[in-house]
Amino acid sequence: MPPDLQKDKGAASSAPEVKFWNDPGKRALLFQGLLVAAILLFAWFIISNTLNNLEQRGITTGFSFLSETAGFGIPMSLIEYSEASSYGRTFVVGLLNTILVSVLGIIAATILGFIMGIARLSDNWLVAKLSSLYIEIFRNIPLLLQIFFWYFAVLRTLPSPRQSIEFLGSYLNIRGLSMPAPVLEDGFGLVGIALVIAVVASVLLSRWGHKRQDETGQILPTGWISFGLIIGLPLLAFFAAGMPLSLDHPELRGFNFRGGMTLLPELVALWLALTIYTGTFIAETVRAGILAVPHGQLEAASALGLPKTRTLRLIIIPQAMRVIIPPLTSQYLNLTKNSSLATAIGYPDLVAVFAGTTLNQTGQAIEVITMTMAVYLTLSILTSIFMNWYNKRMSLVER
Amino acid sequence: MKYETQKALPPPASTIGVLGWMRKHLFKGPGSSIATLVLGYLAVIWLWPLIDWAFISADWLGTTRQDCSGDGACWVFINQRLDQFLYGFYPEAETWRLDLSFVILMACIGWLVIPRLPAKGPMAVFTLVIFPFIAFVLLSGGFFGLEPVDTHKWGGLSLTLVLAVVGIVAALPFGVLLALGRRSHMPIVRSLSVIYIEIWRGVPLITVLFMASVMLPLFFPEGMDFDKLLRALIGITMFQSAYMAEVVRGGLQAIPRGQYEAADALGLGYWQKMVMIILPQALKLMIPGIVNTFIALFKDTSLVLIIGLFDLLAIMQAAANDPNWIGFATEGYVFVALVFWVFCFSMSRYSQHLEKRLHTGHGAR
Repeated sequence: MPPDLQKDKGAASSAPEVKFWNDPGKRALLFQGLLVAAILLFAWFIISNTLNNLEQRGITTGFSFLSETAGFGIPMSLIEYSEASSYGRTFVVGLLNTILVSVLGIIAATILGFIMGIARLSDNWLVAKLSSLYIEIFRNIPLLLQIFFWYFAVLRTLPSPRQSIEFLGSYLNIRGLSMPAPVLEDGFGLVGIALVIAVVASVLLSRWGHKRQDETGQILPTGWISFGLIIGLPLLAFFAAGMPLSLDHPELRGFNFRGGMTLLPELVALWLALTIYTGTFIAETVRAGILAVPHGQLEAASALGLPKTRTLRLIIIPQAMRVIIPPLTSQYLNLTKNSSLATAIGYPDLVAVFAGTTLNQTGQAIEVITMTMAVYLTLSILTSIFMNWYNKRMSLVER
Repeated sequence: MKYETQKALPPPASTIGVLGWMRKHLFKGPGSSIATLVLGYLAVIWLWPLIDWAFISADWLGTTRQDCSGDGACWVFINQRLDQFLYGFYPEAETWRLDLSFVILMACIGWLVIPRLPAKGPMAVFTLVIFPFIAFVLLSGGFFGLEPVDTHKWGGLSLTLVLAVVGIVAALPFGVLLALGRRSHMPIVRSLSVIYIEIWRGVPLITVLFMASVMLPLFFPEGMDFDKLLRALIGITMFQSAYMAEVVRGGLQAIPRGQYEAADALGLGYWQKMVMIILPQALKLMIPGIVNTFIALFKDTSLVLIIGLFDLLAIMQAAANDPNWIGFATEGYVFVALVFWVFCFSMSRYSQHLEKRLHTGHGAR
């Protein structure tokens, strides 16, 4: 070994010559420290400005405004609400309305999306083409435009209440859809109890059926038996209790309908648009999920002699669902976030009544916007927690 | 004995030609036949009135609503308002500036999209870095003797394009930084990036726009006044960079680990490794994702009407409320829908085509 190299080695072992800015660990610490300092400085800049501005405009910060009287009406609420209610109550009313339209939209969009996604893979040329026509058209048009179309171009041109379109005891007019409302009378509880019993019995039956199949190889048509139980038992109870259900029919009084229940045109427009728009994305998700099942699986199933329906139920759907569910949940989340477009047509959802009217009346911009964002953020965090749990549960266990 | 090869028989008539095709694709089994007949009937009775309304009984020429017979669509409305739909309230003498910016943009995009043309890199840099300045000078004026045009006069399709293009171009660098931050080994950097990305991806764009329009003025000292368009652009950029970050992250994850290790082995530093080795490869893979984000943003720009900007949809809505043209909202919606559809559909087709072309089989998945 040359002497100079030996000398170097000795020097390195006694005193490290690495400058601290060349040491990755120390450099990372320095960089992160600088970053935190910059962010704190920026936050201080924003907070001090905000406090200054609020002081100048005479706005007091804090959440005490939530208990003040709101003083404005909301055309639709699922809970008791009047003009004398508080701003906190408007928040709850808006949140419930958001949840209502989201749940309705999720149910309808799932049904539409699954039908269209499967139809696009149909052997029948016409079915496949019509379904792709639907998907390609409605996926590429902004949701807000679709909401406007249904609301202003379709529902706003409906006749006045006096010239309502009548069908099945319901009346469709510019004020919305008035339908008979079911009124539960005494003894209806029996029907509910019957339904619970039927569901429990079906679950037990399907377990027993599985066990029996494992032991003897005989298949029990559990699906049909459960179907009969769940429909039949409550029906029996219903007649046994003397049909404890009556309908409250809407009646035209003066210029509007009284009684029954009325779906607001805003709700109908929003529901239609959300369903049709999100349905296209769900259809594409479903199609991708079905296509992701390898063809060998189908061939293996038919080699085992499984009939087509059982292949679908036991082989394709379980494997396709593994692929479909994660993007499906994110579509549900998108639908919920998109329901905030309600504010453009005046459906009283969270953004419309809280981030709109309440903000304008109180001027508490920061509190109101933060609360609104927090609601959506909570929903999305819950969804991603569910998705992680699901992915972990469903991921293939490889041995 | 004489053997003679017989001519091959023609295939059975029922499997070839129009009849064979119909038998295979429309009438395969009873279920399929019923579906074909029912859907075919419905399609004809629904589509025919639509075609009749949109083309055959429609009125195309004229100047006022009296020129519309009332049976079909009244495209006169669109004809009369077309300038407003395209340019908003931009002064008529200056609309050539919007046209010119649009032509330059289309030329840039055309150059980037056609595979045969050379010098993609410099062209991309021109489009992403230099073009925005050219467009800004052209649109807002105030330089080189161009008459300044206030942003509240901007509107229509040109405003929609400004919002979407600025949203994407400005979000790209932030998205790259956030994605690198999310994959960084420094815990504080990583968690800050994750928090930023998840917060913006978790809230609807409307609340972001509300925030930009009511909270932003509170954040800055008195007298520092943003105009409405700038506020919307800041909101859209913050929102969009979170989505962009996820696209970039997807691209970064698709690069095989060997590339990172090879760069390390060559002794490249972090930024050298990223800028010279990883990002050039990843960016190519990200283009379909970026195009898809752009489509989503392009559709979402219509939300700005809620904070009072007049994009294509809002200006149509305003025109349909004009007392002279009451009752022609449907025509307006159909026209606006068609414009959005043409843009979004062509972009999504391009992105699908690109995905196929880029799917060269390499990459860690």
